Amino acid sequence: MDSEDINLPIAEYVEAGVDWVQTNLTGLLDGISAAIGFIVDNLEDFLLWLPDWLLAVVVVAIGFWRVNWRFAIFAAVAMFLVFGMNLWEETVSTLALVLASSIVALAIGVPVGIAMARRDVVEMIVRPILDFMQTMPPFVYLIPAAIFFGLGKVPGTIATVVFAMPPAVRLTNLGIRQVSKEQVEAGLAFGCTARQLLYKVQLPLAMPSIMAGVNQTIMLSLSMVVIASMIGAGGLGNTVLTGIQRLNVGLGFEGGLGVVLLAILLDRLTQSFGQSRKGRK
Amino acid sequence: MAEDKIVLENLYKIFGPNPDDAFELLEKGHSKDEIFEKTGTTVGVRDATCTIKQGEIFVVMGLSGSGKSTLVRMLNRLIEPTRGRVLVDGDDVTAMDRKDLINLRRHDMAMVFQSFALMPHKTVLDNAGFGLEVAGIEKSKRDERSMKALEQVGLKANAESFPSELSGGMQQRVGLARALAMDPSILLMDEAFSALDPLIRTEMQDELLALQEQSQRTVVFISHDLDEAMRIGDRIAIMEGGAIVQVGTPEEIVTNPANDYVKSFFYGVDVSQVFNAGDIADRKQVTVVERPGVSVRAAFERLREHSREIAIVTDKSRKYLGMVSAETLTDQIKGGGEPKYSEAFLKEVEAVQSDMSLSDVLSRVAASRYPVPVVDSEGRYVGAITKTALLQTLDKAG
Repeated sequence: MDSEDINLPIAEYVEAGVDWVQTNLTGLLDGISAAIGFIVDNLEDFLLWLPDWLLAVVVVAIGFWRVNWRFAIFAAVAMFLVFGMNLWEETVSTLALVLASSIVALAIGVPVGIAMARRDVVEMIVRPILDFMQTMPPFVYLIPAAIFFGLGKVPGTIATVVFAMPPAVRLTNLGIRQVSKEQVEAGLAFGCTARQLLYKVQLPLAMPSIMAGVNQTIMLSLSMVVIASMIGAGGLGNTVLTGIQRLNVGLGFEGGLGVVLLAILLDRLTQSFGQSRKGRK
Repeated sequence: MAEDKIVLENLYKIFGPNPDDAFELLEKGHSKDEIFEKTGTTVGVRDATCTIKQGEIFVVMGLSGSGKSTLVRMLNRLIEPTRGRVLVDGDDVTAMDRKDLINLRRHDMAMVFQSFALMPHKTVLDNAGFGLEVAGIEKSKRDERSMKALEQVGLKANAESFPSELSGGMQQRVGLARALAMDPSILLMDEAFSALDPLIRTEMQDELLALQEQSQRTVVFISHDLDEAMRIGDRIAIMEGGAIVQVGTPEEIVTNPANDYVKSFFYGVDVSQVFNAGDIADRKQVTVVERPGVSVRAAFERLREHSREIAIVTDKSRKYLGMVSAETLTDQIKGGGEPKYSEAFLKEVEAVQSDMSLSDVLSRVAASRYPVPVVDSEGRYVGAITKTALLQTLDKAG
């Protein structure tokens, strides 16, 4: 049999679906766009409005408080490097995108994870969707994001949210399911309602796992934000992209270094908040 | 005569999708295993009927899988009974709606768990006040009551600690305080002391008895430990395969066991056949490890320090090499030359395999001047059997 004989027009179906959404759900798309745009723009404006030295001092101070003095020194050096490469604005813009995407991803992901842990049916439905979201090459998300929301920060953020959400969902679900049976029984035996069981027993005990999910989501956001520069999300990704387009090794390296430094800072800081729950004295 | 506090009427729990099939087979007199094979459902508890009196400690005893944990969880409906009724103070618990059930759990029944089940992110004080917090009692009043409960279990000084900073025994005291703070008329204790080491366990049992002196709660205590049941139980119910086979005072059960299963708890048919050498071997002997550079004199010093007569010599992988005594070591050291362990081994001592039955090692232990070392199939040192331990085991079996 020749492959010409069979022709599954999946590409056409997808396009038809996209067309339908575009014509019929304009209001919804505009609403999402406005909401996301509001978060990203305000966050970026705020972070850029802060004097650079103040932002730097805040980061170093948090590093000293949550991690240790060596990390604080590293943070200071890292930010000096970024500043010295004249990438401060790009880095802050990327940071704003990462934070905005992570906030949205967590605001959706954690409740979905909770629902998943409480009902097996939900888990059965959501799990394959998460698998799909995680195995799809991230570049593919850029196309519908750009079609629905045009070019710029908003579609960049949305593509990032889709890409970065799965670990938050999974680890929230896992964390709650891992709470020991006797601890759940203890909660119920002392008269917890379903809501009390969630807030007083399951969520606090799942917190280390949930915080690991938060950390993962933030790290994935960062990697996606760089890719999203292809649809005009801006920030450090833009620097890297320009480096590629002009085959400018130096520029590409500078952008890449900025991403790495930001990644280390975000990773260590978010991890420190996760650990504080576990090992608090 | 004390009045009835909890009444169980023909209580059943069938786990699985088709309880009705299981009931049909139960009526025909099939056993738990047969029913599982045929229908895939598990009979947790079958036809449990008994009365627990106000103010008594009622111990439910049985081997694991006999349904005792399921039974106690049906009292506060952590597990829903499939059939039958539970009455508390005459009220039908099985018929209660969500709201009444939660009220019952908040006011009348508190539970203590085998694994403690404390909240690691809360302080000891907040853990003790957990039930009160859930019941919506305001912070200051809650703290006052939980502090009083902590005082009762002797943990007032640790109120600001976190559970992870406490020993197992202390953690279970917190578990107990959490239950006492509710001032419940019924305490459900699910193998509450089983995770604790024997010394602490006895201490906790005494403490429970002392608490009972002060305020006569009705305690339903799950246990698989005969000594524990005899020590604290006013009455004991023995469960087998989901059914209650006998209820009575410890004396009644000892003098008049209902069947062989009950008897086996007390008389163990022939213990010397049931236990094997590994079961009663203990690690109380001094052990020394033979390795280059460590002199025989060091072993001698350790024996003197612990005022022991003998020591077990093993290699680095715990493989048993021999037994030395203070005497043979002294001979080696005095004998000049480089003293060696191997020269000091007691010739008459021979190790036994841990899977040998007690009856087979009986005469060896009885005839030996020294404890008899026990090794596993790979020759690793497991422990030693002393005459005292042997006699105690045989004696307990009656």
